[in-house]
Amino acid sequence: MDMQVAKKKLGLKERYAVMTRGLDWVPSYQKMEDIYPYMSYEGIKIHDWDKWEDPFRLTMDAYWKYQAEKERKLYAVLDAFNQNNGHLNVTDARYINTVKLFVSGISPLEYVAHRGFAHAGRQFPGAGPRVACLMQSLDEIRHAQTQVHAVANYNKYYNGMHDFHHAHDRVWFLSVPKSFFDDAITAGPFEFMVSIGFSFEYVLTNLLFVPFVSGAAYNGDMGTMTFGFSAQSDEARHMTLGLEVIKFILEQDPDNLPIVQRWIDKWTWRGYRVLTLVAMMMDYMLPKRTMSWKEAWEIYFEENGGALFKDLARYGITMPKCAEQIALEKDHLSHQAWSTFYNYAAAANFHTWVPDEDEMAWLSAKYPDSYDKYYRPRMEYWREQAAKGNRFYNKTLPMLCQTCQIPMVFTEPGDPTKICYREVDYKESKYHFCSDHCKAIFEHEPEKYVQAWLPVHQIYQGNCFPEGTDPTVEGFDPLAAVLDYYHFESGRDNLDFEGSEDQKNFDAWRGMATKNV
Amino acid sequence: MSTVFIALQTNEDTRPIVEAIVQDNPDAIVNEAPAMVKIDADGKLVIRRETIEELIGRSYDLQELQINLITMSGNLDQTDDEMTLYWNA
Amino acid sequence: MAVAAVKAYQFEPADRLENFHGAQLLYVGWEDHLLFCAPFAFPFPPTMPFRAVVEQALPDAFGYHPDFAKIDWSTAEWFKSGKPWAPDLDKSLAENGLKHKDVLRFRTPGLTGIKGSCS
Repeated sequence: MDMQVAKKKLGLKERYAVMTRGLDWVPSYQKMEDIYPYMSYEGIKIHDWDKWEDPFRLTMDAYWKYQAEKERKLYAVLDAFNQNNGHLNVTDARYINTVKLFVSGISPLEYVAHRGFAHAGRQFPGAGPRVACLMQSLDEIRHAQTQVHAVANYNKYYNGMHDFHHAHDRVWFLSVPKSFFDDAITAGPFEFMVSIGFSFEYVLTNLLFVPFVSGAAYNGDMGTMTFGFSAQSDEARHMTLGLEVIKFILEQDPDNLPIVQRWIDKWTWRGYRVLTLVAMMMDYMLPKRTMSWKEAWEIYFEENGGALFKDLARYGITMPKCAEQIALEKDHLSHQAWSTFYNYAAAANFHTWVPDEDEMAWLSAKYPDSYDKYYRPRMEYWREQAAKGNRFYNKTLPMLCQTCQIPMVFTEPGDPTKICYREVDYKESKYHFCSDHCKAIFEHEPEKYVQAWLPVHQIYQGNCFPEGTDPTVEGFDPLAAVLDYYHFESGRDNLDFEGSEDQKNFDAWRGMATKNV
Repeated sequence: MSTVFIALQTNEDTRPIVEAIVQDNPDAIVNEAPAMVKIDADGKLVIRRETIEELIGRSYDLQELQINLITMSGNLDQTDDEMTLYWNA
Repeated sequence: MAVAAVKAYQFEPADRLENFHGAQLLYVGWEDHLLFCAPFAFPFPPTMPFRAVVEQALPDAFGYHPDFAKIDWSTAEWFKSGKPWAPDLDKSLAENGLKHKDVLRFRTPGLTGIKGSCS
């Protein structure tokens, strides 16, 4: 009798080897440097691409299978949430402003990341990293799509999200995330991998996708919870790859160390500055809070990042120098950010407000060394004035940092009463910075940052009005023209939450959801 | 040693997985947050396929963990039988 | 350092003086008053008298603050790029030596913001 012998399946390691090695070939009639023209100019030396290994050992067949399962789950949750008017179950309508910020500030970055990894994958001669970049490129476009789909439901009911991509390319504060990614994608493929794959994904995205998304769930937003965690499950893979990239590059050649260290220093700081937005989302924009920005920072950067850099010490990598300044800013960052958007609420596509008394008590408790002393008096004054019908709207444009493009709102390390000013003279012009770190980044590559499209300067150059606008006519209102250019409707998309259409509609609809009318 | 961690979505798929992780890593600390559970361990955390299979009563591919994974920290080594997170220093 | 690049990498700065239609940029910050989250950027003609900055532009920009009306301009201290500086109110920006993208700060002794919080 014939025994049916089950064919032995390959183990995970063997499967990974078969599916990611020997897929390429050595060119015979073209030179390697013509096919991969960006492999040497950054100064990184790679001797053996096969040393690259994905520790998840994920192969394309398994990738499709699990990604498809993630999508099925995600869209089932989204459909259920939307079908049942889930938007009316969020804690209160102030929460929805985080979603507006997310779709206009972050989702377009996912799309750029998709392009960036497609480009980097094309440039690397090794099959292992090419497969990893392909997966990550697909992940990133999935994130952009699922975020847009999730937020589309909110867009049916609330203001400010209707033209998020148009806004992303033009609006003053959105130039911060946009220029961050533009900086990364215009660097070489190795710097891109270190900037996004390592510094952003490994060191920083946890802060956005873990405590903030957990906070979204806590505030009843199943849509954001599901796209956020679904995205972060891919990020877990990206983080692992980001760490492998660093180890791989450093193991290939000792000359790579100083280059990689400089990139880590630069991109940790650049990414941290972008996370300023997340700091205020956590401390000010979640009506129910899970943890403070400072607590999240301590867990995900200080503890986790500390462990990471201790582990990398064997390669000679050290904790980025900016960590010292960041430690001083953690008591201040979210308050300074929220103050900024409170100032410029007339020019944003989301609403701001003064925290209520309970929220101020929470802020005092979470920030005992800073809130009552520096920020509570400011916010109480704003509240008093708003109650008298004199809500503060700052209409004069701010000075920006040439590197991070954030208004110069940050204070001197160790002195929260003084704005930090730094400047450099370069080729007969002055350039201004929010910090020593943004200044050092400029000084290393001034030709890159002199091109910065700084929104305030662009407005003054007359480049941010709708086509055909004549700014010389009598009674010209520059703010109105700029809002037109942004496709923001004044009085609807901007200003304080108090009295907004969103607030009124949410109250009315929630009333209908709980009573028979 | 530094802390390694893994965070999973809170749902019926992950309940037995968390139980298996705690069985295999008795010193691990389980932190429950809204919609997620984060498991911290000192220096090393091992997730074993067999333990999960015993608890769920079916065969399990450790790569299925991707579906409910939120994030993790540490160097990773994954085989058919085990997924290990660790720091070298 | 030069930008690592595959070919010559040189670009015009985006904020050259000639792009501002006859104006030059002047940045002004008020020390100890962070109710205004950042210093301001203004496009001014270089021929504008400095008095117009103090008497017209600054009240528009900073007038919301209750301290602003209390300023005694004769005691105000000025700083240019962080160093002490004395403006001549009746001379133009150019005659005062102000160039495109210069940054001024002023301190108003005795005024330290809302409840002394430097807000």
